[in-house]
Amino acid sequence: MIHIKGIRKARGSDLRAIIEIDALISGVRKPAHWKEALRKYGGRSRQRFFLVAATQDGVRAYIIGEVRDWEFGSPSSGWVIDLAVHPRARLSGLATRLMDDLCRRLREAGVDKVRTLLARDNALVLAFFRSQGMMAAPLITLEKELG
Amino acid sequence: MRLQENTRLALYSVLEFAAQPGRRLSAAEIASRYDVSPHHLAKVLKRLRRAGILAAARGAGGGYRFVANPKRITLLEVISLFERIGPARVGPGARNAVERALEQVLAEIDETAKATFGSLTVNTMLKLVGRRAL
Repeated sequence: MIHIKGIRKARGSDLRAIIEIDALISGVRKPAHWKEALRKYGGRSRQRFFLVAATQDGVRAYIIGEVRDWEFGSPSSGWVIDLAVHPRARLSGLATRLMDDLCRRLREAGVDKVRTLLARDNALVLAFFRSQGMMAAPLITLEKELG
Repeated sequence: MRLQENTRLALYSVLEFAAQPGRRLSAAEIASRYDVSPHHLAKVLKRLRRAGILAAARGAGGGYRFVANPKRITLLEVISLFERIGPARVGPGARNAVERALEQVLAEIDETAKATFGSLTVNTMLKLVGRRAL
């Protein structure tokens, strides 16, 4: 049983847990990436947010989001950049709490829409965002091999 | 995109049953709601029962009830019982460059449809139905 102590801004002492959660899911440890992410999103900016879910077992989930102006030609909107929950802490509402908190902060920052971008085969996270009421955006991602 | 009639009936039925968990519904009740033949719908419900999504209800009147986990089962799982969506169709069926190019585009559409159906659980669909009803 996971007891959620609260949702708060990430801090330096959370890095170890964040790196661990990401490594468990992605299979790759990226300490430099996460240090940079904390520097970029974990400051006092009112448009960038790096939040963690603190539980009785420590930090077990995180979310990163920001307000982007004119991204892909769209007026200001909120973007979820990353979201992860420790595999042993799933189905306990951590992701929903993080998403709710991020959306509240995005609304306070003046946007009324939140978007995200993720791999088509990431069924688990895709299903989570769908459960939060997110629908397909009027955007299509394209790519090309540069060979 | 257009789904086959049996597939659409299966999706309607699953959502009807899941919206009233524990309640027994007959093929005739759902058939009248969607204006389809009860005999035809009965075949669809049998397949859903064999897949473990519905269970035959005991007692007078028969019928079925929903027994799957609405937070886990996706639209894709229901659809896959009746028809195939994706993966890529590119392959030996394409005889020349024009066919291969067109098949590649169709495969792209299929993959997107598959990801969409695979990301929507019955529970999420019921929330969507609730919002549309407001």
